[in-house]
Amino acid sequence: MNVSRRAFIAACSLLAAPRVARAQSITDGAGRTVTVPARTDRVFPAGPPAAIQHYTLQPRSLLGWPRANRGSELLFLDPEVGTRPELGRLTGRGNTTNLEVLLQLKPDLILDVGSVARTFVETADRVQAQTGIPYALLDGRFDKIAETYRLHGRLTGETARAEELARYCEEVVSTCRSRVATVPAERRPRVYYARGPRGLDTGLGGSINVETIEFMGAINVAGGTRGGLATVSLEQILAWDPEVIVTIDQEFARTVRADPSWAGVRAVRDGRVHLSPKMPFGWVDFPPSVNRMPGLWWLGKLLYPSLFPEDLISVTREFYTRFYHRVPTDPQIAFVLEGRG
Amino acid sequence: MSEASTVGDAARERGVRLVSGLGLATLILVAGVAIAFSVGRFPVTLGDLGVALWSLISGQPSGLAPATEAVIFNIRGPRVVAAILCGAALAVAGAAFQGLFRNPLVSPDILGASSGAALGAVIGIYFSLGIFGIQALAFAGGLLAVALVYLIGSAIRGGDTVLVLVLTGVVIGALLGAGVGLMKYLADPYNQLPAMTFWLLGSLAGTDKSDLLPLFGPVLAGTLVLFALRWRMNVMSLPEEEARALGLATGPIRIAIVAAATLVTAASVAAAGVIGWVGLIVPHLARFIVGPEFGRLIPTAALMGGGYLLIIDTLARSSAQIEIPLGILTAVIGTPFFIWLLVNARKSWS
Repeated sequence: MNVSRRAFIAACSLLAAPRVARAQSITDGAGRTVTVPARTDRVFPAGPPAAIQHYTLQPRSLLGWPRANRGSELLFLDPEVGTRPELGRLTGRGNTTNLEVLLQLKPDLILDVGSVARTFVETADRVQAQTGIPYALLDGRFDKIAETYRLHGRLTGETARAEELARYCEEVVSTCRSRVATVPAERRPRVYYARGPRGLDTGLGGSINVETIEFMGAINVAGGTRGGLATVSLEQILAWDPEVIVTIDQEFARTVRADPSWAGVRAVRDGRVHLSPKMPFGWVDFPPSVNRMPGLWWLGKLLYPSLFPEDLISVTREFYTRFYHRVPTDPQIAFVLEGRG
Repeated sequence: MSEASTVGDAARERGVRLVSGLGLATLILVAGVAIAFSVGRFPVTLGDLGVALWSLISGQPSGLAPATEAVIFNIRGPRVVAAILCGAALAVAGAAFQGLFRNPLVSPDILGASSGAALGAVIGIYFSLGIFGIQALAFAGGLLAVALVYLIGSAIRGGDTVLVLVLTGVVIGALLGAGVGLMKYLADPYNQLPAMTFWLLGSLAGTDKSDLLPLFGPVLAGTLVLFALRWRMNVMSLPEEEARALGLATGPIRIAIVAAATLVTAASVAAAGVIGWVGLIVPHLARFIVGPEFGRLIPTAALMGGGYLLIIDTLARSSAQIEIPLGILTAVIGTPFFIWLLVNARKSWS
């Protein structure tokens, strides 16, 4: 009797104790303290980088996507998670999520990955106060990716997988960094990054758009001016005379080779215009999240062919399988590498 | 006797003003072209330009570097031509609308041409169309917006027709502006939104030879129609009762003027994006020099508008490694200039 009552109490406390222990306080990437459950079940992504990173870490709890995935994007995602609904975005440029809709979804965590500047800290504080839902802010800078994964793992109770993904990223980053370090300054290619159908929009020095290109040791020809995105003239590009052009625009990549105005640019003459893969998420530029990791191999191979002998097909297969939870077929990988989508 | 000599003096004075006005405008334009060709991010000397032009005339290879030739014929050349055409188009349309509406504060976008074109362009960007598709939608958007304003404005009976038209233009313009806002809100923030923002600020950075014909055709046609209507436009800028009393059927002529001015505005906005100020300031400057008579005003405004936008665009492409949007430059340069005009040239509007 006594024993059984004790056992009963013990059983109750076993049931109750984790529930109490569940609420844990964690310091997020902006130095804010958030109280989260030990293991999250319903996570609301505040923007595209958060959605992608959370999908790679804990797909089952992702409530949906800032923008619904379409057509060929779905081929590379888990069929059930990839088709979850469009939720709009809470931060970034414009705020399309209705807070009442957000409450109805009953998230146990709102997650934002990106800038930890004051604007976003105050947005997080405000939304958290209004909704009573913990709002964690993670630093989305490229060189913080492993650290951000580990923190993300603690916030969601997914520490083991977060450690695995963080290690993978650290290894890729350190491999690339050490190989690039062996290239003397005069052998670093001068790269122009082209956006827009005319190819005249570019990322200036230090902009998030060219973060990985600059990380890979390339000399951004527009890097003399610091800033974000800007338009430049074709004359200026001719004056820079870049050796390599990296673009995300299919229309530009398709037309530039036959365009007489571009014929004088060295990269075009040498056939070194490269269209970046973009399926299901871009390899260069946006969204600024872990989707840029395979882009390092891709950039390494086109900037320093002899230093990066790895087979891009198997690198792609491994990354997609591990991060996107779906093994792509060889034709699908070819589709990705051609930059189609 | 004395009366006749006064009339003769007035005619002579008008002649002097016309010659000096056109002369000044032509001078600005020619100087602008010379500067525009010799200034830029890629080094091209006037000698290179001469050699290239000679090879074009003689058919002999110029021996210049392919990049230099590309700059002259494919990049800087088309851009200089496009800047002149757009500036001329906006100035002529501005002069026509200011006369038609008898209001010095009117600019070419008064009836919604720019807002319609802007909405067309952002829709094109939203659906990831190519360059031609975006420009075609912008052009169509400008024409449709003005057609809509005109239909609604003429359907409303009673009151001052001109005032009703202007008010309808303002209202529809605001609605189209909301449409632009909606497209920007829905756009992908990484790719489409910057493209829309850049387009709306106006730029000739992407100008290509293939853009010139779709620009030149409508601008020439519209300007010729306006010039042909110059006498009627003089009468139209009188109060409507006086124009009617002089036996002018104001309705059809108003349609013709609006259609021609809209055609040139829409073509310019489709090619260069939204560029404010040129259509507002240049007609004032032209009127200040040659007076309000349209036979003199239209060619002067066209030449001065072309020269003005050419100088602005030369600054836009050569002052920094990155392009400065035309909409920003025209406003920064235009505002103090306009204030100066208001202070010094109040007599010009008469």
